[in-house]
Amino acid sequence: MLIDDRMIQGIFFYIFALIAIVSAIMVTVSRNTVHSVFFLILDFVSISCLFIMSGAEFLGMIMLIVYVGAVAVLFLFVVMMLNVAQQENEWFQSKKSKEQNSSHIPVGFLISTIIFFELIVVIGGWKLQPEIFSNLKPEVMLGTTNTHSIGSVLYTDYIHLFQISGMILLVSMIGAIVLTYKKRVGLKRQSYVRQISREKISGVEIVNVDKNKGVKIDV
Amino acid sequence: MFEINLGHYLTLSAIIFTIGVAGIFLNRKNIIVILMSIELILLAVNINLVSFSVFLGDLTGQIFTLFILTVAAAEAAIGLAIIVVYFRNAGTIRVEEIDKLKG
Repeated sequence: MLIDDRMIQGIFFYIFALIAIVSAIMVTVSRNTVHSVFFLILDFVSISCLFIMSGAEFLGMIMLIVYVGAVAVLFLFVVMMLNVAQQENEWFQSKKSKEQNSSHIPVGFLISTIIFFELIVVIGGWKLQPEIFSNLKPEVMLGTTNTHSIGSVLYTDYIHLFQISGMILLVSMIGAIVLTYKKRVGLKRQSYVRQISREKISGVEIVNVDKNKGVKIDV
Repeated sequence: MFEINLGHYLTLSAIIFTIGVAGIFLNRKNIIVILMSIELILLAVNINLVSFSVFLGDLTGQIFTLFILTVAAAEAAIGLAIIVVYFRNAGTIRVEEIDKLKG
């Protein structure tokens, strides 16, 4: 049997897709949260292999850097910081509603299977509009790399969206810092406003000290 | 069968999307796993956009995948910060015990 390039591509697609689906299932069902994060990393790696295989190599590498390098490590940090790794991740039991035998499990299964079959029906039945090929705007330039063509579109046509996404990142960074900032009470620290607005009258206080008693001068 | 076309990628993304939605519906213990399911859903959307972009030869899909990546990173950071704050205040992040709003 002749093995050509398309067949090798198909085999690799099935391998990566199988790994992605199995690890996506394991993310939701594994009992240990740290294992879920590891399977999430495996999922992102296999999907980015698929991206690189299908020709979007810049996005595949960005997926590796952003998701595996930043987001998954952030998840790992939080899981380890909150010490919830031993908190078992169970679907079918809930401590409070054991007697009323929670009804959300069959409903959830039903709704997700309905969503899946709807998506399959849509995928099986859709067709491209015939005039779509005439108005594809930023076409892939021949003879340049994927990164080159993405850069030449992103920094010209989509520059405002690019800057707005930078603002989104800034706002989310500030938001995360503000949310987790904890003001400690009882901590003496320098306050510039109080230092500058200090007057001579309020800075000096004359106290009558009783004999053999002393005075408390700490403010 | 070994000829890979757009339908294969769309089916893969539909499967991953459904797994993510099912993870949100069926998980009852751990809110971090729910955040990871949201990441799976965004990943499925990214697969859709990238495969359409590659098979049609139009770069817009890949540009929008970049933006979705940005928003997903911001969302993960904010969500995890909220979880940390909630854990600090309430001492638990079990889904069934987060019932302060009586929802």
